[in-house]
Amino acid sequence: MRHTKSLTIGLLSMTTLLAACSEQPAATKPAETKPDPFEQVVADYRTYAIAELDQFTKKTEAFTTAVKEGDLDQAKALYAPARMHYERAEPIAEVFGDLDPKIDAREGDVKESEWGGYHRIEQGLFEKGTTKGYENYATQLMEDVHLLRAKVETVDVTPELLVTGATDLLNEVSTSKVTGEEDRYSHTDLYDFAANVQGAEKIYQLLNPALKKQDAVLSKEIAARFADVNALLEAKKSGDGYVLYTDLSKTDVNQLSQAINELAEPLSKMGIVLEG
Amino acid sequence: MTRTALEEGVTRRDVLKVAGLTGLGAALYASGIERLLPRALTAQATDQVPFYGTYQAGILTPVQNHIQLVAFDVQTDRRDELIDLLRRWTRACARLAASLSLGESDSQYVPPEDTGEAEGLSASHLTFTFGCGASLFAGDRFGIAHKRPAALRDLPTFDLDQLDDKWSGGDLIVQICADDQQVVFHALRNLTRIGRGIVKIRWTQAGFQRSKAADATGGTPRNLFGFKDGTGNPDLTKDKVRNKHLFYQWQDGSPWLTNGTFLVVRRIQMHLEVWDRTILKEQERTFGRERASGAPLGSTNEFASVTPDQRTLHGETQLPADSHTAVAHGTSKEQLLRRSYSYQAGVNETTGALDAGLLFVSFQRSPDQFITIQKRLAASDRLNEYITHRGSALFACFGGIQKGGYIGDALFA
Repeated sequence: MRHTKSLTIGLLSMTTLLAACSEQPAATKPAETKPDPFEQVVADYRTYAIAELDQFTKKTEAFTTAVKEGDLDQAKALYAPARMHYERAEPIAEVFGDLDPKIDAREGDVKESEWGGYHRIEQGLFEKGTTKGYENYATQLMEDVHLLRAKVETVDVTPELLVTGATDLLNEVSTSKVTGEEDRYSHTDLYDFAANVQGAEKIYQLLNPALKKQDAVLSKEIAARFADVNALLEAKKSGDGYVLYTDLSKTDVNQLSQAINELAEPLSKMGIVLEG
Repeated sequence: MTRTALEEGVTRRDVLKVAGLTGLGAALYASGIERLLPRALTAQATDQVPFYGTYQAGILTPVQNHIQLVAFDVQTDRRDELIDLLRRWTRACARLAASLSLGESDSQYVPPEDTGEAEGLSASHLTFTFGCGASLFAGDRFGIAHKRPAALRDLPTFDLDQLDDKWSGGDLIVQICADDQQVVFHALRNLTRIGRGIVKIRWTQAGFQRSKAADATGGTPRNLFGFKDGTGNPDLTKDKVRNKHLFYQWQDGSPWLTNGTFLVVRRIQMHLEVWDRTILKEQERTFGRERASGAPLGSTNEFASVTPDQRTLHGETQLPADSHTAVAHGTSKEQLLRRSYSYQAGVNETTGALDAGLLFVSFQRSPDQFITIQKRLAASDRLNEYITHRGSALFACFGGIQKGGYIGDALFA
């Protein structure tokens, strides 16, 4: 589901990537049509996303090490929290249409022979109850994450990427996380859910000063809807994390799903800031 | 264009006249209406039903091919937010009924205002009929509790009811009808989208009947039991009949509902497999009509009056007293405008049987008209063996919307 979309984003951004200069990211693009006012916003977002991916790399290191060392309990405990960093930065991570499926494909998304990454290991840990036979997947995953971290330096972050990325994050939630399909063996979907929402909220916060000037009502509406979603998530907290998807009632799922759609609708209009 | 005035003057009245000749349940738009219209009216204009008027559209409008009922629950507790939504819906409905798009956005960076699947399609007699349920008044969230009409309360539980909450109730109802299913869906989708955050869908049900194209004679539609259904609708060409049976009158107690009407929706599952194993004679005695002609048993003409007491030479009643037609008819004191459709909703997961039946829709001046008839039916209708009532809802539909006004404005005035 995700991959068709990420591929398109990937291709679009790759074309601009060629012109990108890694030392001076946002400022020196020649053929930019976007107005200057977003220079700082874009730079701030880069900082945020890269920090998340740094954390992601670090925690994937610990996760894959646990898998390779055969520490099942430790691996299971590290699985969901590590993924949250990836899910927060997904608009950027997804730009790499080849890496995203390697890291994050679910069973059936790709050919069985090509299926690796987090969810393959998740199946081993949570469904089969073992790390045995998953060591190579762990090694490959670590390599791919390192590659992602290196490549991300070159991403051309545009205001448009932010605007579409915020809505895409919520669309991810509403199509796969809220249905329990994302983490189908570990049932830790709410971690991904929360991280996607946080990633979207970050973008909103960065664009909000511009948005407020253009449409104060819309800005307030989005803030209120984020508050609704966050309150629902807060109620499902358990320790440092969240309750399992399988512990949610039908009503819970319905409420979460409605709240996401109610947030995504006004959020999708945030693009008016690009009109200047 | 002078379309609106002409339509008010021509189509509505004349269509009703024609409809009245053969019983209003028969949807007759295609069957000769065009001949009555002045040549000046373009083809496009003839398939638009004005959104504004004395009464809401979708009540007296000849029955379209498709229906979508959607019940919303209001999420906000703020009166101003609800009113704002009703205003935005008013604008949207008036545009859609005139086959206009909801608007063009000049920005490339926001999603289009109109979802687009009705682009280039005609209005296809698209109508919207809005109403509110008793729950809208509950807890006085909107400062209108004192305006709840006394008759607007939960329908009583009838014998044999097997109601499922997921097909029942609702704060607001919209009946969307048109001759094209895509036009209907487009309307449903966009109203839902506009309302997101303020209202959420409680349930939605789609219905169909034979299209006008498939029956150029415009005969009474058949239900999924294969019988003509809707023959006995009142003749609503007469103001007196309408005012007596259909439209709420100011002296009925809640002046804001004047020219409105009560809408009853019942989702009635039909046990098709059982029915299909029933011999014709029993089917006819159950329904009370001949299957082929639709005539009440004992008569030869579909529109013959229903006379339950008529006996054969051998002394047996020709129309069984417990047949659906006889019980529904009763003394004929209560009359409803039925505007029902068939529904199908795939396969029942538990039984593997087709989930299909009747989306019963009726309009009446008072819910008591329906209640009286339904009590009788629940108690003794022979058809009960073949049907189960699964959903139920009652709404007070507002009077017509005036230009410059908004849906339900009299309630919030």
